[in-house]
Amino acid sequence: MEWLSNNVLKHLREVSEMPDLPGVRYRLGEVLGRGGMGVVYRAHDLELQRDVALKVLAIGDTDSERMQREAQVLARIEHPGIVPVHDVGTLEDGRVFYTMKLVRGSRLDEYCRQPHPVPDLLRLFQRICEPIAFAHSQGIVHRDLKPANIMVGQFGEVLVLDWGVARVLSEPEPDGEVIGTQNYMSPEQSAGLNTDIDARSDVYAMGCILQGLVQKPAKPLRSIARKATAPERDRRYSSTVELADDIGRYLDGLPVSAHPESILDRARRLLSNNRTLVALILAYLMMRILLFWFART
Amino acid sequence: MNKVVYGLLLGAVLGAFDGMTAWFTPAVRDQMMGIVIGSTFKGLVVGVCSGYFARKVNSLPLGILFGLVMGLFFAYLVAAMPDPSGKHYYFEIMLPGSIVGAIVGFATQRFQPATQRVAH
Repeated sequence: MEWLSNNVLKHLREVSEMPDLPGVRYRLGEVLGRGGMGVVYRAHDLELQRDVALKVLAIGDTDSERMQREAQVLARIEHPGIVPVHDVGTLEDGRVFYTMKLVRGSRLDEYCRQPHPVPDLLRLFQRICEPIAFAHSQGIVHRDLKPANIMVGQFGEVLVLDWGVARVLSEPEPDGEVIGTQNYMSPEQSAGLNTDIDARSDVYAMGCILQGLVQKPAKPLRSIARKATAPERDRRYSSTVELADDIGRYLDGLPVSAHPESILDRARRLLSNNRTLVALILAYLMMRILLFWFART
Repeated sequence: MNKVVYGLLLGAVLGAFDGMTAWFTPAVRDQMMGIVIGSTFKGLVVGVCSGYFARKVNSLPLGILFGLVMGLFFAYLVAAMPDPSGKHYYFEIMLPGSIVGAIVGFATQRFQPATQRVAH
Protein backbone atom coordinates (compact mmCIF):
# COMPACT_ATOMS: atom_id res chain seq x y z
CA MET A 1 0.00 0.00 0.00
CA GLU A 2 1.32 3.45 -0.91
CA TRP A 3 0.76 6.50 1.34
CA LEU A 4 -0.42 9.72 -0.20
CA SER A 5 1.81 12.74 0.38
CA ASN A 6 0.52 15.82 2.17
CA ASN A 7 0.60 17.82 -1.04
CA VAL A 8 -1.56 15.28 -2.81
CA LEU A 9 -3.97 15.22 0.11
CA LYS A 10 -4.17 19.02 0.11
CA HIS A 11 -4.79 19.05 -3.63
CA LEU A 12 -7.51 16.40 -3.29
CA ARG A 13 -9.18 18.39 -0.54
CA GLU A 14 -9.12 21.54 -2.65
CA VAL A 15 -10.50 19.76 -5.69
CA SER A 16 -13.29 18.14 -3.70
CA GLU A 17 -14.20 21.52 -2.24
CA MET A 18 -14.26 23.29 -5.59
CA PRO A 19 -17.79 24.13 -6.56
CA ASP A 20 -19.32 22.39 -9.53
CA LEU A 21 -20.38 25.13 -11.91
CA PRO A 22 -21.89 23.58 -15.07
CA GLY A 23 -25.36 25.00 -14.45
CA VAL A 24 -24.27 28.56 -13.77
CA ARG A 25 -22.75 31.34 -15.83
CA TYR A 26 -19.41 31.48 -13.99
CA ARG A 27 -16.03 29.96 -14.76
CA LEU A 28 -14.08 29.27 -11.59
CA GLY A 29 -10.66 30.77 -10.84
CA GLU A 30 -8.31 30.55 -7.88
CA VAL A 31 -9.21 30.68 -4.19
CA LEU A 32 -9.13 34.26 -2.89
CA GLY A 33 -9.82 33.53 0.74
CA ARG A 34 -11.50 31.32 3.27
CA GLY A 35 -13.83 32.48 6.00
CA GLY A 36 -15.64 30.75 8.80
CA MET A 37 -18.64 30.12 6.59
CA GLY A 38 -17.36 29.67 3.09
CA VAL A 39 -14.67 29.93 0.47
CA VAL A 40 -14.27 32.90 -1.86
CA TYR A 41 -13.08 32.22 -5.41
CA ARG A 42 -12.24 34.47 -8.29
CA ALA A 43 -14.74 33.66 -11.02
CA HIS A 44 -15.43 34.95 -14.49
CA ASP A 45 -18.96 35.94 -15.41
CA LEU A 46 -19.38 34.47 -18.90
CA GLU A 47 -22.43 36.55 -19.76
CA LEU A 48 -21.17 39.96 -18.65
CA GLN A 49 -17.52 39.13 -19.36
CA ARG A 50 -16.16 40.37 -16.07
CA ASP A 51 -14.34 38.95 -13.08
CA VAL A 52 -16.34 38.59 -9.89
CA ALA A 53 -15.80 37.12 -6.44
CA LEU A 54 -17.86 33.98 -5.83
CA LYS A 55 -18.53 32.96 -2.26
CA VAL A 56 -19.73 29.44 -1.75
CA LEU A 57 -20.60 27.52 1.38
CA ALA A 58 -17.80 25.20 2.48
CA ILE A 59 -18.31 21.45 1.99
CA GLY A 60 -20.00 19.98 5.03
CA ASP A 61 -21.45 23.32 6.13
CA THR A 62 -25.18 23.01 6.01
CA ASP A 63 -26.05 26.53 7.05
CA SER A 64 -27.28 27.62 3.62
CA GLU A 65 -29.78 29.88 5.30
CA ARG A 66 -27.02 31.97 6.81
CA MET A 67 -25.26 32.29 3.45
CA GLN A 68 -28.49 33.37 1.81
CA ARG A 69 -29.10 35.81 4.64
CA GLU A 70 -25.63 37.29 4.19
CA ALA A 71 -26.40 37.92 0.53
CA GLN A 72 -29.73 39.48 1.45
CA VAL A 73 -28.14 41.71 4.08
CA LEU A 74 -25.52 42.85 1.58
CA ALA A 75 -28.20 43.56 -1.00
CA ARG A 76 -30.05 45.73 1.52
CA ILE A 77 -27.13 48.02 2.22
CA GLU A 78 -26.16 49.65 -1.02
CA HIS A 79 -23.20 51.92 -0.32
CA PRO A 80 -19.92 52.62 -2.15
CA GLY A 81 -18.09 51.29 0.89
CA ILE A 82 -19.91 47.96 0.94
CA VAL A 83 -19.26 45.23 -1.64
CA PRO A 84 -22.33 44.94 -3.89
CA VAL A 85 -23.92 41.54 -4.47
CA HIS A 86 -24.50 40.63 -8.13
CA ASP A 87 -26.21 37.28 -7.97
CA VAL A 88 -27.27 34.53 -5.59
CA GLY A 89 -28.05 30.92 -6.37
CA THR A 90 -27.62 27.23 -5.60
CA LEU A 91 -25.06 24.92 -7.16
CA GLU A 92 -25.92 21.49 -8.49
CA ASP A 93 -24.47 19.94 -5.33
CA GLY A 94 -26.96 21.96 -3.29
CA ARG A 95 -24.53 24.51 -1.90
CA VAL A 96 -25.63 28.14 -1.83
CA PHE A 97 -23.36 30.70 -3.48
CA TYR A 98 -23.44 34.35 -4.26
CA THR A 99 -21.30 36.54 -6.43
CA MET A 100 -20.14 40.02 -5.61
CA LYS A 101 -17.84 42.70 -6.94
CA LEU A 102 -14.24 41.56 -7.10
CA VAL A 103 -12.34 43.92 -4.85
CA ARG A 104 -8.81 44.79 -5.85
CA GLY A 105 -6.52 46.16 -3.17
CA SER A 106 -5.10 45.06 0.13
CA ARG A 107 -6.57 44.22 3.49
CA LEU A 108 -6.28 46.93 6.11
CA ASP A 109 -3.79 44.88 8.17
CA GLU A 110 -1.59 44.41 5.09
CA TYR A 111 -1.99 48.05 4.10
CA CYS A 112 -0.85 49.18 7.55
CA ARG A 113 2.35 47.17 7.34
CA GLN A 114 3.69 49.83 4.98
CA PRO A 115 4.48 53.20 6.56
CA HIS A 116 1.76 55.83 6.08
CA PRO A 117 1.48 59.34 7.57
CA VAL A 118 -0.85 59.41 10.58
CA PRO A 119 -3.27 61.97 9.04
CA ASP A 120 -3.68 59.71 5.97
CA LEU A 121 -4.43 56.72 8.21
CA LEU A 122 -6.96 58.75 10.18
CA ARG A 123 -8.71 59.96 7.03
CA LEU A 124 -8.84 56.33 5.93
CA PHE A 125 -10.35 55.46 9.29
CA GLN A 126 -13.01 58.13 8.80
CA ARG A 127 -13.87 56.60 5.43
CA ILE A 128 -14.27 53.18 7.10
CA CYS A 129 -16.76 54.72 9.52
CA GLU A 130 -19.03 55.87 6.67
CA PRO A 131 -20.35 52.52 5.33
CA ILE A 132 -20.68 51.24 8.88
CA ALA A 133 -22.75 54.28 9.85
CA PHE A 134 -24.88 53.69 6.78
CA ALA A 135 -25.46 50.05 7.74
CA HIS A 136 -26.41 51.19 11.26
CA SER A 137 -28.93 53.60 9.76
CA GLN A 138 -30.47 50.58 8.02
CA GLY A 139 -30.65 48.70 11.32
CA ILE A 140 -27.71 46.39 10.61
CA VAL A 141 -24.72 45.86 12.90
CA HIS A 142 -21.64 44.21 11.36
CA ARG A 143 -20.47 42.45 14.54
CA ASP A 144 -17.16 41.26 13.07
CA LEU A 145 -15.24 44.39 12.20
CA LYS A 146 -11.50 43.82 12.08
CA PRO A 147 -8.65 44.83 9.76
CA ALA A 148 -8.94 41.54 7.86
CA ASN A 149 -12.52 42.45 6.90
CA ILE A 150 -11.64 45.86 5.49
CA MET A 151 -10.17 46.28 2.03
CA VAL A 152 -8.29 49.36 0.89
CA GLY A 153 -8.44 49.85 -2.85
CA GLN A 154 -5.72 51.11 -5.15
CA PHE A 155 -7.04 54.67 -4.92
CA GLY A 156 -7.59 54.68 -1.16
CA GLU A 157 -11.24 53.65 -1.42
CA VAL A 158 -12.48 51.52 1.44
CA LEU A 159 -14.73 48.46 1.34
CA VAL A 160 -16.13 46.67 4.37
CA LEU A 161 -16.42 42.93 3.79
CA ASP A 162 -17.82 39.82 5.42
CA TRP A 163 -21.30 40.69 6.61
CA GLY A 164 -22.01 37.00 7.24
CA VAL A 165 -22.56 37.44 10.97
CA ALA A 166 -24.22 40.85 10.77
CA ARG A 167 -27.12 41.36 13.15
CA VAL A 168 -30.33 42.74 11.76
CA LEU A 169 -31.67 44.64 14.73
CA SER A 170 -35.31 44.18 13.77
CA GLU A 171 -34.91 40.39 13.88
CA PRO A 172 -34.83 38.87 17.38
CA GLU A 173 -31.75 36.83 18.24
CA PRO A 174 -31.43 34.76 21.38
CA ASP A 175 -28.58 35.34 23.84
CA GLY A 176 -25.90 32.72 24.27
CA GLU A 177 -24.01 32.35 21.01
CA VAL A 178 -20.76 34.32 20.99
CA ILE A 179 -20.20 35.91 17.59
CA GLY A 180 -17.20 38.00 16.56
CA THR A 181 -13.41 37.97 16.67
CA GLN A 182 -11.67 37.90 19.99
CA ASN A 183 -9.55 41.07 20.03
CA TYR A 184 -12.25 43.17 18.40
CA MET A 185 -15.30 41.90 20.24
CA SER A 186 -17.20 44.20 22.59
CA PRO A 187 -17.85 42.96 26.16
CA GLU A 188 -21.53 42.40 25.35
CA GLN A 189 -20.54 40.20 22.38
CA SER A 190 -18.00 38.26 24.45
CA ALA A 191 -20.72 37.63 27.01
CA GLY A 192 -23.06 36.36 24.28
CA LEU A 193 -25.60 39.07 25.07
CA ASN A 194 -26.91 39.30 21.52
CA THR A 195 -29.97 41.31 22.52
CA ASP A 196 -27.65 44.05 23.86
CA ILE A 197 -25.81 44.39 20.58
CA ASP A 198 -26.27 47.68 18.74
CA ALA A 199 -24.25 50.26 16.81
CA ARG A 200 -22.05 50.79 19.87
CA SER A 201 -20.74 47.22 19.54
CA ASP A 202 -19.30 48.19 16.14
CA VAL A 203 -18.00 51.42 17.69
CA TYR A 204 -16.04 49.23 20.12
CA ALA A 205 -14.50 47.25 17.25
CA MET A 206 -13.65 50.49 15.44
CA GLY A 207 -11.91 51.70 18.58
CA CYS A 208 -9.81 48.52 18.58
CA ILE A 209 -8.99 49.07 14.91
CA LEU A 210 -7.99 52.67 15.68
CA GLN A 211 -5.65 51.48 18.43
CA GLY A 212 -3.87 49.21 15.97
CA LEU A 213 -3.83 51.77 13.19
CA VAL A 214 -1.64 54.44 14.79
CA GLN A 215 1.55 53.56 16.61
CA LYS A 216 2.37 55.95 19.48
CA PRO A 217 -0.81 58.03 19.18
CA ALA A 218 -1.10 61.53 20.58
CA LYS A 219 -3.04 62.05 23.83
CA PRO A 220 -6.34 63.10 22.20
CA LEU A 221 -6.19 60.10 19.86
CA ARG A 222 -5.60 57.78 22.80
CA SER A 223 -8.63 59.31 24.51
CA ILE A 224 -10.75 58.79 21.39
CA ALA A 225 -9.76 55.11 21.21
CA ARG A 226 -10.35 54.74 24.96
CA LYS A 227 -13.82 56.24 24.71
CA ALA A 228 -14.71 54.03 21.73
CA THR A 229 -13.59 50.92 23.60
CA ALA A 230 -15.18 51.75 26.94
CA PRO A 231 -16.45 48.52 28.55
CA GLU A 232 -19.81 50.18 29.32
CA ARG A 233 -21.83 50.81 26.18
CA ASP A 234 -23.21 54.09 27.47
CA ARG A 235 -19.75 55.58 27.80
CA ARG A 236 -18.83 54.88 24.17
CA TYR A 237 -19.61 57.08 21.18
CA SER A 238 -23.23 56.51 20.29
CA SER A 239 -22.37 56.04 16.60
CA THR A 240 -19.47 55.75 14.19
CA VAL A 241 -20.50 59.19 12.86
CA GLU A 242 -19.69 60.70 16.26
CA LEU A 243 -16.41 58.77 16.33
CA ALA A 244 -15.46 59.95 12.83
CA ASP A 245 -16.40 63.53 13.77
CA ASP A 246 -14.05 63.45 16.74
CA ILE A 247 -11.27 62.14 14.49
CA GLY A 248 -12.08 64.99 12.10
CA ARG A 249 -11.80 67.52 14.92
CA TYR A 250 -8.42 66.06 15.87
CA LEU A 251 -7.25 66.33 12.25
CA ASP A 252 -8.40 69.96 12.10
CA GLY A 253 -6.47 70.77 15.27
CA LEU A 254 -9.64 71.34 17.29
CA PRO A 255 -10.45 69.98 20.76
CA VAL A 256 -11.98 66.50 20.72
CA SER A 257 -14.98 65.52 22.82
CA ALA A 258 -13.17 62.51 24.31
CA HIS A 259 -10.31 64.53 25.72
CA PRO A 260 -11.03 67.30 28.26
CA GLU A 261 -8.21 69.78 27.76
CA SER A 262 -6.20 71.39 30.52
CA ILE A 263 -5.02 74.97 29.99
CA LEU A 264 -1.57 73.57 29.17
CA ASP A 265 -3.00 71.15 26.58
CA ARG A 266 -5.00 73.96 25.03
CA ALA A 267 -1.97 76.25 24.85
CA ARG A 268 0.10 73.45 23.35
CA ARG A 269 -2.56 72.74 20.73
CA LEU A 270 -2.94 76.39 19.80
CA LEU A 271 0.83 76.79 19.58
CA SER A 272 1.26 73.75 17.37
CA ASN A 273 -1.61 74.89 15.12
CA ASN A 274 -0.17 78.38 14.71
CA ARG A 275 3.57 77.81 14.71
CA THR A 276 4.32 80.27 11.91
CA LEU A 277 2.24 83.07 13.42
CA VAL A 278 3.76 82.51 16.87
CA ALA A 279 7.26 82.53 15.35
CA LEU A 280 6.53 85.82 13.55
CA ILE A 281 5.11 87.48 16.66
CA LEU A 282 8.06 86.27 18.75
CA ALA A 283 10.47 87.55 16.10
CA TYR A 284 8.74 90.96 16.21
CA LEU A 285 8.84 91.14 20.01
CA MET A 286 12.48 90.05 20.13
CA MET A 287 13.35 92.63 17.51
CA ARG A 288 11.61 95.34 19.52
CA ILE A 289 13.32 94.32 22.75
CA LEU A 290 16.74 94.26 21.07
CA LEU A 291 16.19 97.67 19.48
CA PHE A 292 15.03 99.05 22.81
CA TRP A 293 18.07 97.58 24.53
CA PHE A 294 20.46 98.98 21.90
CA ALA A 295 18.80 102.40 22.16
CA ARG A 296 19.37 102.45 25.92
CA THR A 297 23.02 101.39 25.74
CA MET B 1 -15.11 90.83 3.95
CA ASN B 2 -12.61 90.01 1.23
CA LYS B 3 -8.85 89.53 1.50
CA VAL B 4 -8.03 93.07 0.38
CA VAL B 5 -10.30 94.71 2.97
CA TYR B 6 -9.04 92.29 5.61
CA GLY B 7 -5.43 93.13 4.71
CA LEU B 8 -6.24 96.86 4.82
CA LEU B 9 -7.80 96.70 8.28
CA LEU B 10 -5.20 94.35 9.78
CA GLY B 11 -2.33 96.30 8.21
CA ALA B 12 -3.71 99.56 9.62
CA VAL B 13 -4.18 98.11 13.11
CA LEU B 14 -0.76 96.43 13.24
CA GLY B 15 0.85 99.51 11.67
CA ALA B 16 -0.69 101.73 14.34
CA PHE B 17 0.48 99.31 17.04
CA ASP B 18 3.98 99.24 15.54
CA GLY B 19 4.03 103.05 15.48
CA MET B 20 2.95 103.23 19.10
CA THR B 21 5.97 101.18 20.18
CA ALA B 22 8.02 104.28 19.33
CA TRP B 23 6.96 105.48 22.77
CA PHE B 24 9.70 103.22 24.17
CA THR B 25 12.28 105.34 22.33
CA PRO B 26 12.40 108.55 24.40
CA ALA B 27 14.26 110.46 21.70
CA VAL B 28 11.28 110.37 19.36
CA ARG B 29 8.42 110.58 21.90
CA ASP B 30 7.60 114.15 20.89
CA GLN B 31 6.95 112.98 17.31
CA MET B 32 4.56 110.18 18.31
CA MET B 33 1.57 111.48 16.37
CA GLY B 34 3.45 111.68 13.08
CA ILE B 35 5.04 108.27 13.63
CA VAL B 36 1.71 106.58 14.38
CA ILE B 37 0.00 108.16 11.37
CA GLY B 38 2.89 107.28 9.06
CA SER B 39 3.13 103.74 10.41
CA THR B 40 -0.64 103.23 10.10
CA PHE B 41 -0.58 104.42 6.52
CA LYS B 42 2.41 102.18 5.75
CA GLY B 43 0.63 99.18 7.30
CA LEU B 44 -2.53 99.99 5.37
CA VAL B 45 -0.70 100.06 2.02
CA VAL B 46 1.20 96.83 2.81
CA GLY B 47 -2.10 95.23 3.88
CA VAL B 48 -3.85 96.17 0.63
CA CYS B 49 -0.91 94.87 -1.44
CA SER B 50 -0.73 91.63 0.58
CA GLY B 51 -4.49 91.13 0.33
CA TYR B 52 -4.41 91.64 -3.42
CA PHE B 53 -1.44 89.25 -3.70
CA ALA B 54 -3.26 86.64 -1.57
CA ARG B 55 -6.23 86.84 -3.94
CA LYS B 56 -3.97 86.04 -6.89
CA VAL B 57 -1.49 83.62 -5.32
CA ASN B 58 -2.50 80.91 -2.90
CA SER B 59 0.77 80.11 -1.12
CA LEU B 60 1.59 80.71 2.53
CA PRO B 61 5.40 80.97 2.11
CA LEU B 62 5.06 83.31 -0.88
CA GLY B 63 2.47 85.37 0.98
CA ILE B 64 4.79 85.77 3.96
CA LEU B 65 7.72 86.63 1.69
CA PHE B 66 5.64 89.16 -0.25
CA GLY B 67 4.44 90.82 2.98
CA LEU B 68 8.01 90.91 4.28
CA VAL B 69 9.36 92.55 1.12
CA MET B 70 6.50 95.04 0.96
CA GLY B 71 6.94 95.84 4.66
CA LEU B 72 10.66 96.31 4.14
CA PHE B 73 10.16 98.53 1.10
CA PHE B 74 7.55 100.84 2.61
CA ALA B 75 9.42 100.96 5.90
CA TYR B 76 12.49 102.04 3.92
CA LEU B 77 10.48 104.87 2.38
CA VAL B 78 9.48 106.00 5.88
CA ALA B 79 12.97 105.53 7.30
CA ALA B 80 14.47 107.53 4.44
CA MET B 81 12.75 110.60 5.91
CA PRO B 82 15.04 112.01 8.63
CA ASP B 83 13.80 113.36 11.96
CA PRO B 84 14.11 117.14 12.69
CA SER B 85 17.71 116.63 13.84
CA GLY B 86 18.54 114.97 10.50
CA LYS B 87 18.95 111.51 11.99
CA HIS B 88 17.70 108.40 10.18
CA TYR B 89 16.25 105.37 12.01
CA TYR B 90 16.70 102.67 9.35
CA PHE B 91 17.03 99.62 11.60
CA GLU B 92 14.44 100.82 14.11
CA ILE B 93 11.82 101.24 11.41
CA MET B 94 12.74 98.70 8.71
CA LEU B 95 13.31 95.59 10.82
CA PRO B 96 10.03 95.63 12.77
CA GLY B 97 8.20 96.99 9.69
CA SER B 98 9.27 93.99 7.61
CA ILE B 99 8.06 91.55 10.27
CA VAL B 100 4.72 93.36 10.56
CA GLY B 101 4.48 93.01 6.77
CA ALA B 102 5.22 89.28 7.05
CA ILE B 103 2.47 88.90 9.68
CA VAL B 104 -0.01 90.69 7.41
CA GLY B 105 1.11 88.49 4.48
CA PHE B 106 0.56 85.40 6.60
CA ALA B 107 -2.85 86.54 7.82
CA THR B 108 -4.16 87.45 4.36
CA GLN B 109 -3.13 84.02 3.06
CA ARG B 110 -4.85 82.27 5.93
CA PHE B 111 -8.00 84.40 5.80
CA GLN B 112 -10.92 82.80 4.02
CA PRO B 113 -13.74 85.07 2.88
CA ALA B 114 -17.22 84.09 4.11
CA THR B 115 -18.34 82.73 0.72
CA GLN B 116 -15.35 80.37 0.53
CA ARG B 117 -15.94 79.18 4.08
CA VAL B 118 -19.47 78.15 3.10
CA ALA B 119 -18.22 76.40 -0.03
CA HIS B 120 -15.83 74.27 2.05
